[in-house]
Amino acid sequence: MRTLLRNHIGRAVLSLVLVMIVGVLFNAEGTFFRWDTHRDMLRQVSVYGILAAASTIVIVTGGIDLSVGSLLGLSAVLFSLFSIHWGWGPVQSIAATLLIGVVCGMISGGVIGRFKIQPFIATLAMMVFARGVAKLVSGGQKISSAVQTADGSYSYVSVPEIFDSIGTRIWNDNIAVVTLLMIAVLFAAWIFLSQTVAGRELYAIGGNEEAAKYSGVSIPKNILLAYSISGLFCAVAGIAQAAQEMQGDPEAGASYELSAIAMVVIGGTSLRGGIGGIHLTILGILIIGYLEKILSINAVGEETRLMLTGIIILAAVVFQKKGH
Amino acid sequence: MSYINFEQVTKRFGGTTALDSVSFSINEGECHAVMGENGAGKSTLGKILAGIHRLDGGSISVGGVKTKYQSARDARIAGIGMVHQELALCPDLSVAENLFLGNPPRRWGLFVDKNKMFAEANTLLQEIAPEIDVHRTMRSLSVAQRQLIQISSAIGTGANILIFDEPTSSLAETESQRLFSIIADLKRRGVTIIYVSHRMPEVFHLADRISVLRDGRFIGTMTGSEATEDSLVQMMIGRSLQSDTDRREEVDTGNTVLEIDSLSSPGLFQSVTLNVKAGEIVGVVGLVGAGRSELANAIFGLDPKSTGKIMISGKEISSLSVRKRMRAGLAYLPEDRSVQGLALDLNCRQNISITIPEKIRRWIFLNRTVESSIVNKFISILGIKTPSSENPVSNLSGGNQQKIVLAKWLAREAKVYILDEPTRGIDIGAKMSIHNIIRKTAADGAAILLISSELPEILSLSNRIYVMRNGALVGETKGSTATQGSLLRMMSGL
Repeated sequence: MRTLLRNHIGRAVLSLVLVMIVGVLFNAEGTFFRWDTHRDMLRQVSVYGILAAASTIVIVTGGIDLSVGSLLGLSAVLFSLFSIHWGWGPVQSIAATLLIGVVCGMISGGVIGRFKIQPFIATLAMMVFARGVAKLVSGGQKISSAVQTADGSYSYVSVPEIFDSIGTRIWNDNIAVVTLLMIAVLFAAWIFLSQTVAGRELYAIGGNEEAAKYSGVSIPKNILLAYSISGLFCAVAGIAQAAQEMQGDPEAGASYELSAIAMVVIGGTSLRGGIGGIHLTILGILIIGYLEKILSINAVGEETRLMLTGIIILAAVVFQKKGH
Repeated sequence: MSYINFEQVTKRFGGTTALDSVSFSINEGECHAVMGENGAGKSTLGKILAGIHRLDGGSISVGGVKTKYQSARDARIAGIGMVHQELALCPDLSVAENLFLGNPPRRWGLFVDKNKMFAEANTLLQEIAPEIDVHRTMRSLSVAQRQLIQISSAIGTGANILIFDEPTSSLAETESQRLFSIIADLKRRGVTIIYVSHRMPEVFHLADRISVLRDGRFIGTMTGSEATEDSLVQMMIGRSLQSDTDRREEVDTGNTVLEIDSLSSPGLFQSVTLNVKAGEIVGVVGLVGAGRSELANAIFGLDPKSTGKIMISGKEISSLSVRKRMRAGLAYLPEDRSVQGLALDLNCRQNISITIPEKIRRWIFLNRTVESSIVNKFISILGIKTPSSENPVSNLSGGNQQKIVLAKWLAREAKVYILDEPTRGIDIGAKMSIHNIIRKTAADGAAILLISSELPEILSLSNRIYVMRNGALVGETKGSTATQGSLLRMMSGL
């Protein structure tokens, strides 16, 4: 038990087990034991989970990305605009949306790496800016099958199939496609952070930027890479969000960055950088996902749910800290 | 009379036992030196007495009463003060605010009584450091001045036991002398002084008795008069020292590997021209501010404002990035291991392999097998004491941390090594072993540019020595004929 508690992963696993025990005890007449409960939980955390993967990469460098929620909103709007209103094919729409996500990430990363602007400030600016762009291109309206014509009346177009293919469940309704997307993104992020030379350099930068510089690690290049990948993942999340809602909402993703950061931190990745990883973030995603699910199947009201979630986030982080 | 009694004192940090059943006693009013290599546990012992660390086993009694300090403040109230190597506190607050941090004089229990605070701060400093203006910020003071403030504040609040932790490690000679006279004065006033250090001359000068720790264990106590340098070294490292004073002749066979031609950086150094041959160790000496580390930074590509020519084996590298210079064969061990050398939270493996992406790369992926084998090879070659390569370097002693920095550069098998203060702040055993590694690296054909403030180190290692003063190279001499005196004269321009 003591060795289990000595490392981050042990503590995160233990937190998850505790949450699961609560689920078993308060199983809402067996609801907790049904697969569809778990399937829905996984679907509900998917978009957040993708953003958490993006945030993990940035947080490992000792930075923070506040723009993930706004980039999700912008991507959702653009993807809907390209595919519903402009009638682009799914491949073009997805490719263009991902590209714009990467470009937004590159702008943040470029500013942070090159001009040494604090990540908090640079991504705060991107957060506000991207939300503005989302509202500009959408005219403040949700981009959906209803298209406003010149005289102000609405005509209806059909929503392309790609929305349904992403928003649906497969394998006999047993898993949501967006959940598979999250798993794919988490896997890619894990490979990147733990199995590549570039990922290793991000840890070195987070551990001690000065020492990394003195070891020949290019800070601007690596920071650019980290925020670009974050932007790419945000675009994936935006597409998933739009597909589930069958529309692009310019307000989508507001305050999601905070949930994503909470998932990363609960897992045990250090906000100081250098320590942590995707394996911990996966546990953080499950801890928050199950917590919310258990409260909701027990019909705990939203007010209480928010309050309890706040308390539990704090408790989990204090618990993670104690081992230091 | 024994005044402070350590009984079976034990302290662990994670898996490392820093102190293992240490028992000895300190008399009232004496100056008691605690010596040992880095990692021997001497600072830990001081910090436990000062309430900063808690005991894991054993007990400490002061004046016959068992201590139960929960914090440094408890110890302070009980009359125990500690003077740290480098005081952090709040660098942007004034001296007075720092002195009364936590309990400033109040007006109506709510507001800070600034006038009273500055007045009281002045009184505190009156005795020991009257020249310091209490309105200045901590940041604007020198390390020596900050130490004086710590001493004043401890004495002013009634401390009768003062612990000094390596107080002279960043002081100039004159500042050290002043500190010694203050310590002598405190002793006359009956203050019990615990002096943690590994510097022999000052210990001989100050201490009534000397206790030695090694690897967390108590080895013995001697009186200052019976201790000799040899006997202390033997106690500290558990064996006697081989002579480390062999001189090196000039190497004239090797090819010139590092060539620098009129390298300048505005405000830092001007038109430095030097060369280092294969197999040669070339020392660079100079006073603080002479521009030695700045020169090293520029050679490595970390000074974008520098101009001039740098060549390695005839290939010009002046306009290349750091990583490309590394590929051309350059390695640079920077001056400050905790700031520029290591990521302390990361483990030994991550710290060592960061310089060798080319070797551990399989396309964009890490080849972990190769990585581990290289890392473990250098951990064993350098005799780094760590339970495994996965241990965070923050758990290692200073000497072992320095060896990790050395390992990360040796792993590159470079042609040219710039070593800036390779043995700063480490104990004598680790220092000897690093000296041997440097000699061996040169013998294997590397060119070494050695920057050091310790003239004995320069003299025992260098084939040739360059002297820098105020940003310029002012002299070059053979290692075999140079003396401390001749170097000092050139360094200071006498």
